[in-house]
Amino acid sequence: MSPETKPILTVSRLVKRFGGFYALDGLSFHVVPGEILGLVGPNGSGKTTAINVISGLYAPDDGEVAFDGAQAGGIASHRLVHRGINRTFQVPKPFLSLTVRENIQVALAYGHAAGHAAATPPSMAELLDEYRLKEVADRPAADLNSAQQKMLDLTRALATRPRLLLLDELAAGLNPAELDWIAGRIKALAATGMAIIVVEHLMGFIEQITDRVIVLNAGKEIFEGTLATAVREPQVIEVFLGGEHAA
Amino acid sequence: MPDTSKHLLFILAPLVVVFAVLPGVYQNHLLLFNFVIFLILAQGVNIIYGFTGYLPFGYVGFFGAGAYGFAIMVMHLQTPAPLAVLVGGVVAVALGLLLTPLLRLSGAYFAIANLAASLAVLHFVANPALENITKGPYGVSLTGTFNPTDAYYAAIAVLALTLGGVVYLKNSAFGLALQAVREDAVSASMAGVNVVKMRVIAWLASALVAGLAGGIYAWYVSVFYPDNVFSSDFSIFAIVFALFGGVATIIGPIVGVLILYGIYNLIGFTTPQYFQLIYGLLIMGLVLFLPAGLVSLATRRGWNVP
Ligand SMILES: Nc1ncnc2c1ncn2[C@@H]1O[C@H](COP(=O)(O)OP(=O)(O)OP(=O)(O)O)[C@@H](O)[C@H]1O
Ligand SMILES: [Mg+2]
Repeated sequence: MSPETKPILTVSRLVKRFGGFYALDGLSFHVVPGEILGLVGPNGSGKTTAINVISGLYAPDDGEVAFDGAQAGGIASHRLVHRGINRTFQVPKPFLSLTVRENIQVALAYGHAAGHAAATPPSMAELLDEYRLKEVADRPAADLNSAQQKMLDLTRALATRPRLLLLDELAAGLNPAELDWIAGRIKALAATGMAIIVVEHLMGFIEQITDRVIVLNAGKEIFEGTLATAVREPQVIEVFLGGEHAA
Repeated sequence: MPDTSKHLLFILAPLVVVFAVLPGVYQNHLLLFNFVIFLILAQGVNIIYGFTGYLPFGYVGFFGAGAYGFAIMVMHLQTPAPLAVLVGGVVAVALGLLLTPLLRLSGAYFAIANLAASLAVLHFVANPALENITKGPYGVSLTGTFNPTDAYYAAIAVLALTLGGVVYLKNSAFGLALQAVREDAVSASMAGVNVVKMRVIAWLASALVAGLAGGIYAWYVSVFYPDNVFSSDFSIFAIVFALFGGVATIIGPIVGVLILYGIYNLIGFTTPQYFQLIYGLLIMGLVLFLPAGLVSLATRRGWNVP
């Protein structure tokens, strides 16, 4: 990735409060097309909140989110989806009583605004096949196991053809073989030019797929660089050893 | 054959034809009319509850608004009945628009607020201060438009329209998106669905259906009081019938009305003394053993119910 590449997402001094509590306290970072950026930090450091603000679930209390050069903070989620942002959820959120196929159909039908000429959408068959959901395509999403529900969350996101994809602990709970497989898929997506932010506690996984990581603590960035350097940084070691997720 | 055509041909058409010819062979026309009205209202509940999850305990508010929309047009502007029915529908939609803030509530809070809203509309209409416009609590008499035969066929037309709408919801991406919103609004927005817009459309569609039914009811009965057309029996029956059959399907509410309203009239005629008891037990049994309605007997077996 060349350093001249223009960021597709720039987050500046982002603040998100819940009552008097600062879940995000002046967070700034950027990500460029085709890059896989890791977002790591102890429990409660604000990773999910960052994703929630970027995907329009929460409006920021201060600071800015710029997507593709245009203001994106506080804009309704479905609009951001149409502009090219999508995400998965830490706890997957499929439409439980709808079949897997119907879950994906909704996103294929509504995921892009009319007149937005972008790449052709992935087909239903491709998505079901590539994310191992073919056998369960006509079962209600409630019947899926948690790994399958995560894949369904991912296919729903991909059906909208995102240019920025936010993955919130997609790998947690997968077995080693599945981890390798999904790592390959994520890299393949990035190779198509998609910018991807990966939130993950599994450091091996982060190591395997990210170009760069941001370490978050108490809503602030405390490190930015490669994971290999991060683990030698005293401040990073301290927040991780202090927390329950020692690297 | 695509599912939409199948559903129109094998569900909508037979039902409409049967109810169109029944008055020729069955004498109790009022009963037939009430069946059609409840088929419409149960499908209206289906649209808003089955497809979006909002339980409209005050659904009768739209029905009564439609009835009074009709009455006011006929009394003050001598509007022809069919046109006055359409105005009844428009009045209900206007009321629906006024009540859209209720959609911010969910679950029981929505149900209770909707009930309160329907009572507010009742008391507004029945207010003696509005006697010049609504005749207040004294009721209206619309003898000029009295024509039960035409009103009956108008009801069948609205039933066909409503069923057509539900067939569309059952078979379209739009209906699927509504169900997605019902299942998980946050995920629906991440699928690109404009959640607020979808809810409002479904809400207004169900208001329209009830308003048209109310206008036709006013046309049919021609003499009524506010308490008649704002009776919470309409809401409760429509909800119970829809739930009994099974919502988010086309046939569930139809089956619910035919069976429950059928039984209701049967017990009412034969053994009125046990009526409340039997009916109450039936509904309790339903809620306890078949919370997803009769159709769930089939869906549990993996059958696809239209
Ligand atoms: N909707 C909310 N209301 C109140 N507090 C919240 C809300 N969402 C998050 N928080 C708080 O904000 C802080 C950051 O939460 P967040 O979920 O972003 O952490 P995280 O880094 O994703 O943690 P984890 O690794 O456990 O998923 C936590 O203290 C959390 O309790
Ligand atoms: Mg989290």
